[in-house]
Amino acid sequence: MKIRKGWKWLILPIVAGLLVAAFTLSGCSSGSLGTITENGSTTVQPLAEKLAGAFKAKNPDVNVVIQGGGSAVGIKSVNNGTVDIGAASRELTADDPPLVKHLLARDGIAIIVHPSNPVTNLTKEQVRDIFSGNITNWSQVGGQNKSIDVVAREEGSGTRTAFQDLVMGKALIKSDATLQNSNGFLKTSVSLDPQAIGFLSMGYVDSSVKALAINGVAATEENAKNGTYPVVRPLYFLTKQQPTGLVKDFIDFCTGTEGQKIVAEEGYITVE
Amino acid sequence: MSRYFIDRNAKYLVLVCASASFIILAAIAIFTLKEALPVFQQVGFTHLIFGTTWRPTMGGFGILPMIIGSLAVTLGAMILAIPLGIGCSVLLAEVAPHRVRQFLRPAVEILVGIPSVVYGLIGMLLIVPLVRQIGGTGYSVAAGSLVLTAMVLPTIISISEDSIRAVPRRYKEGALALGATHWQTIWHVLIPAARSGITAGIILGMGRAIGEAMAMIMVTGNAVQIPNSPLDPTRTLAGGIAVEINYASGLHENALFAIGVVLFILILAINSIAILAIRRGRRAQDVG
Repeated sequence: MKIRKGWKWLILPIVAGLLVAAFTLSGCSSGSLGTITENGSTTVQPLAEKLAGAFKAKNPDVNVVIQGGGSAVGIKSVNNGTVDIGAASRELTADDPPLVKHLLARDGIAIIVHPSNPVTNLTKEQVRDIFSGNITNWSQVGGQNKSIDVVAREEGSGTRTAFQDLVMGKALIKSDATLQNSNGFLKTSVSLDPQAIGFLSMGYVDSSVKALAINGVAATEENAKNGTYPVVRPLYFLTKQQPTGLVKDFIDFCTGTEGQKIVAEEGYITVE
Repeated sequence: MSRYFIDRNAKYLVLVCASASFIILAAIAIFTLKEALPVFQQVGFTHLIFGTTWRPTMGGFGILPMIIGSLAVTLGAMILAIPLGIGCSVLLAEVAPHRVRQFLRPAVEILVGIPSVVYGLIGMLLIVPLVRQIGGTGYSVAAGSLVLTAMVLPTIISISEDSIRAVPRRYKEGALALGATHWQTIWHVLIPAARSGITAGIILGMGRAIGEAMAMIMVTGNAVQIPNSPLDPTRTLAGGIAVEINYASGLHENALFAIGVVLFILILAINSIAILAIRRGRRAQDVG
């Protein structure tokens, strides 16, 4: 059983190759009737999951798929048609593609430290200096004599972009900060390190970390709602065009009374 | 179907299978190169490979820090994994009683199957706090090397053990007959005789280490900078792709594919060295 020279034995491999190419290039059409797909901001994700659950309870034959990835993923995915709804936890800028915004809720960004950290309050300038690397030791802000471990989010994070706009201003987050890929990982990272500081969606804050007061204002939902807490940003559901059909029903549900009740229950700020 | 028919035509079936894998590899290579091309054209090879600033949204496409990061964690992992791996393989092949080997060998093989995310999680929860006790934030080259060592050890152990077992018995018997102790036999005869297989195992492990993304994202800190000490955070090439690929667009996305091309080249280089080493080892062995 030997392969002799000649062109005939090339036929099968070429046919196989063409078949492979045909399969990969034909692609699958998006979503079946009765499925809504969403991805994007990890800040919005737990809220979206609760809203999806409530919506599915009312409409049992609809499937709502919620994923994460970060705000930039949501914007990119909804823009190229990969998902029906993209979630973002920041304002859209001129660099973003034109999308239709649906304001879902507002969310504060908490500055979190390890629960054992004696520091309870920082000014906005101190936060800026810590994250830019000008302040490097906890003793410089009234804490113990330990170096500050700065934890931040990846560049595509809406939380990071909102934090950059609202707190850092022109200053840059220092280049050797530890970067984590989601709110969840950042919270775990800070909860494991007594010297760490990070920024986290207020909806994620729990007993494993401590939220600092900024300029004397405690990081609570009421303070975010009444405007005294300085770091608040919008949470958006984005669609490529004006939504229709199931997607419109879902978004109307989320921005309507029932959805906003869930927003309040989850610790986010409702919108009118 | 007569056996004559099967004999004549089985080779075509086998050919299809072989060409399928080659076609997939070619498709990956061509797609990656095509996506990376705009960066090589617009930014240039020198800026990409030797630049030190990675700010892709502002035109900085220097990946040198990530290249050094990848090499650093891999080097650290190899320094730990090679002696540990060869030592363990010697234990399993020559020293351990049968019962111990019966238990240890499957345990090693299970380690190969554990997903990278789990290694990353264990690294984040256990190893990073440990490294923090020594200095820095804990997210570091050292943490990355330690996690990679755990991932690479099973590969090195199992391949090295098989190589040592494959050494012809007459080598060992001859050495012992000439009066060498067991350890002298292992150190001066068996390990050198198994050299090519051991090298292959090490190179395979190194290939996995260079390409590891998920675990590295969770323990190296992802800071794009050239690490000055093992306790400094860094970002690896594969980790760099995984952190940003989801949302990168335009030239940024092309740059990530360019990182893929660099990884391709690195792995090709490592595998070529491996093949050369194996060939030389085989020639030397045949002489003896």
